[in-house]
Amino acid sequence: MDLGLSEEQAMLKELARDFLQKECPKRLVRQLDESDEGYSSELWHKMAELGWMGLVFPEKYGGSERNFLDLTILLEEMGYNIVPGPFFSAVVLGGLTILTAGSEEQKIEFLPKIASGEMILSLALTEPTASYDAASVKTKAIARNGEYVIKGTKLFVLNANVADYILCVARTKETKNPEDGITIFLVDAKSPGVKCTLLKTLARDKQCEVVFDNVTVSEKSIVGERDKGWPIVKDVLQKATVAKCAEMVGGAQAALDMAVNYAKERVQFGRPIGSFQAIQHYCANMATDVSGSRFITYKAAWKVSEGLPLALDIAIAKAWTSEAYGRVTLSAHQIFGAIGFTMDHDIHLYYRQAKAAEIIFGDADFQRAIIARELGL
Amino acid sequence: MDFKFTEDEEVFRREVRQWLEQEIPQRWIELAPGIWEETEESWALAREFQRKLSQKGWLAPSYPKEYGGLELSHMKRLILAEELAYSRAPLSIEVEVTVNWVAPSIMLFGTEKQKKDYVSSIAKGDIIFCLGYSEPNAGSDLASLQTRAVEVGDEYVINGQKTWCSYGHLADYCWLAARTDPDASKHEGISIFIVDMKTPGITIRPLINILDRHSFNEVFFDDVHIPKENLVGQKNKGWYQLMIALDFERSSIGYAAANQRIIEELIKYAKETTRNGEPLANDPLIRNELAQLAVENEVARMMAYRIAWMFSKGLHPSYESSMSMVFISEVMRHTANAGVRILGHYGELDRDSKWAVMNARIMRMCLSSLSIGVGGGSNEIQRNIIAMRGLGLPRK
Ligand SMILES: Cc1cc2nc3c(=O)[nH]c(=O)nc-3n(C[C@H](O)[C@H](O)[C@H](O)COP(=O)(O)OP(=O)(O)OC[C@H]3O[C@@H](n4cnc5c(N)ncnc54)[C@H](O)[C@@H]3O)c2cc1C
Ligand SMILES: Cc1cc2nc3c(=O)[nH]c(=O)nc-3n(C[C@H](O)[C@H](O)[C@H](O)COP(=O)(O)OP(=O)(O)OC[C@H]3O[C@@H](n4cnc5c(N)ncnc54)[C@H](O)[C@@H]3O)c2cc1C
Repeated sequence: MDLGLSEEQAMLKELARDFLQKECPKRLVRQLDESDEGYSSELWHKMAELGWMGLVFPEKYGGSERNFLDLTILLEEMGYNIVPGPFFSAVVLGGLTILTAGSEEQKIEFLPKIASGEMILSLALTEPTASYDAASVKTKAIARNGEYVIKGTKLFVLNANVADYILCVARTKETKNPEDGITIFLVDAKSPGVKCTLLKTLARDKQCEVVFDNVTVSEKSIVGERDKGWPIVKDVLQKATVAKCAEMVGGAQAALDMAVNYAKERVQFGRPIGSFQAIQHYCANMATDVSGSRFITYKAAWKVSEGLPLALDIAIAKAWTSEAYGRVTLSAHQIFGAIGFTMDHDIHLYYRQAKAAEIIFGDADFQRAIIARELGL
Repeated sequence: MDFKFTEDEEVFRREVRQWLEQEIPQRWIELAPGIWEETEESWALAREFQRKLSQKGWLAPSYPKEYGGLELSHMKRLILAEELAYSRAPLSIEVEVTVNWVAPSIMLFGTEKQKKDYVSSIAKGDIIFCLGYSEPNAGSDLASLQTRAVEVGDEYVINGQKTWCSYGHLADYCWLAARTDPDASKHEGISIFIVDMKTPGITIRPLINILDRHSFNEVFFDDVHIPKENLVGQKNKGWYQLMIALDFERSSIGYAAANQRIIEELIKYAKETTRNGEPLANDPLIRNELAQLAVENEVARMMAYRIAWMFSKGLHPSYESSMSMVFISEVMRHTANAGVRILGHYGELDRDSKWAVMNARIMRMCLSSLSIGVGGGSNEIQRNIIAMRGLGLPRK
């Protein structure tokens, strides 16, 4: 057993922290949060040059063939700094789907472009039920003359507003088993009938409503097999869930660091507020939450990397980490007092992230339902 | 990063498990004593078991070979601790204290003679120590202890009162902290002694714990004469020795493994029990609660693994152990209290009732878990350590 980072991972972590601190200051974060696109193409291309987009892709698709754990380490740093933009959509939701389920042709066409930062993908899964189960997929794709016509509304689709291609999860067959009959299509975002509307959200992340109004796509745009898309979705959701946990661990560490530093400096009653035990115990609890989240997330990420059975570990990681991140940012706000209640201060950026991360891919209650099943209840 | 045990370690785990299946006496399983529930009968069973364990080399597996140890790796120690706790092996908490605090302190600070006299006997399971730290006016603020040890000729003479001394009535020796310099500042005048519990002048008065059992005691010292050679380490430097000894407390791995077993039993109960015509396991609130317990226990386990891993890297956990202890104490209390909710009225029943379920473990745990988070450094003191030692927050 070894719970430490490899030398390469430690280097990646340090490089990412330094790079982001310099290239993605909070000033830029706010600016992007307030913009419609939600990302900076300059930063995007610099990240691509560092090889981040293709980190886990094989070399022949323009990647550097590192493992999922390495990606987790990178995402932890991205969460620490907060990096607005479609990285998660393009690389985790889009890239990994094509990597695991795409045809050779699709891999050759898409992966190198994702790796180089030329192409942005987005995953359109959830619908107005706002839930991550197969039964909620109501958007239909009807076969017609060797083509498919997609009709339906997708909601809470991350970064669809800047995507070149949208992976649309649609129903191609109605059976009693809702997991049967789902197909994934790669849809050019500029196709006639695709209408994307930006939603205003708590985290100011770029979630969208995407309406597919009789959008025609070719058979070749199917990722994986027709009707057999759900296992692919499930697989990518699991990886994305761990990846999100890693981001949360980084964010929680940042909120802890900020709060502790402030507690050391802020003087009231003639002494640093960090010398008051109430504040110290908040900080101790926060540190414990961060630490627990980190190791439970690493364990799940390791399982992904090793290809081991992981449904239970992933649900445990998300159930714990999403609530822990919420607690940590809440305590951080408490420690900052009124200054934390201002737009100018940075801590609310993390508080907002924590809320969005808690909900995406299923909140703690959702995860605990999975856990109960996995425990044989 | 690697969360897997090696093949060799897995083989070791199977060996330990098999051995335990054979060696845990039936009578112990019937008595089913939980923490702080020892009786004279269970204590005797535990001592017998302890010797058997030592014959396998598993009582003090990490000790150097010259003291009867196996120099077992940290990971195997972790596995052993998990298996012992999960199987509810007959080991009293004083064995842990003796093996994991007392002997390592003697090896670190003791004289050659002390090492020879005590460490091998401890590894053999022949002697058990109790801890003489707390006093009526020295709990968390241990350094304010008042029990005096005065050097007279080639002896020390001890006077004072200790309290909460667990199993002092059954232990062979006391690991005593006493004041040797009343004029020095409070941390500077403390020394550590080994005191034979049969020495004249020692009076033991039982304290009945919340489980209605005699586990701890008041211990009075009236002109107790002990040989000078029983001073351990340097005179007046006892506080610092004591702080290092506290860091030997390996982590909460045993607690997490024991709690895992409880959660598994609760899950089994929920699956097998119907209430209002429905299996309990179908109740979404109960499912949610059990899932949350599983989550918390897994986090606790990872925290404990981290400690073992740090030791294996030659690092010395300090505030990390505090995190682990605070966390598992709260998980155990949560488990016990959630357990009572899940069992409902049945969760109230004590062992002697024919209606009791799960051997009344939950009801008992509801009481016993109150001690974890108080004894051996309360959760507040641990949080102070995390904040000041771990995060560098200022004292003033
Ligand atoms: C929405 C809003 C509106 C407001 N409107 C007004 C207004 O109209 N007029 C006005 O005058 N003020 C106003 N305030 C300011 C408000 O009164 C202060 O925020 C409050 O007194 C706390 O002070 P602080 O923000 O400087 O935090 P600090 O005093 O710096 O406290 C920071 C943290 O340290 C903790 N802390 C401080 N001292 C101790 C201690 N002794 N022991 C333990 N913990 C301690 C605090 O509880 C807090 O968690 C407003 C604040 C808000 C958020
Ligand atoms: C089951 C059991 C077995 C024990 N066995 C032994 C034994 O064998 N030998 C032995 O020597 N002792 C033993 N103890 C005693 C144990 O070490 C003490 O209970 C412990 O040190 C706490 O001391 P106290 O009980 O006097 O509580 P106090 O120190 O009086 O604390 C009371 C409360 O105040 C809080 N508090 C105290 N100081 C601070 C602070 N600075 N900041 C914030 N909060 C604070 C505590 O956290 C606690 O919540 C045992 C205790 C128990 C429960």
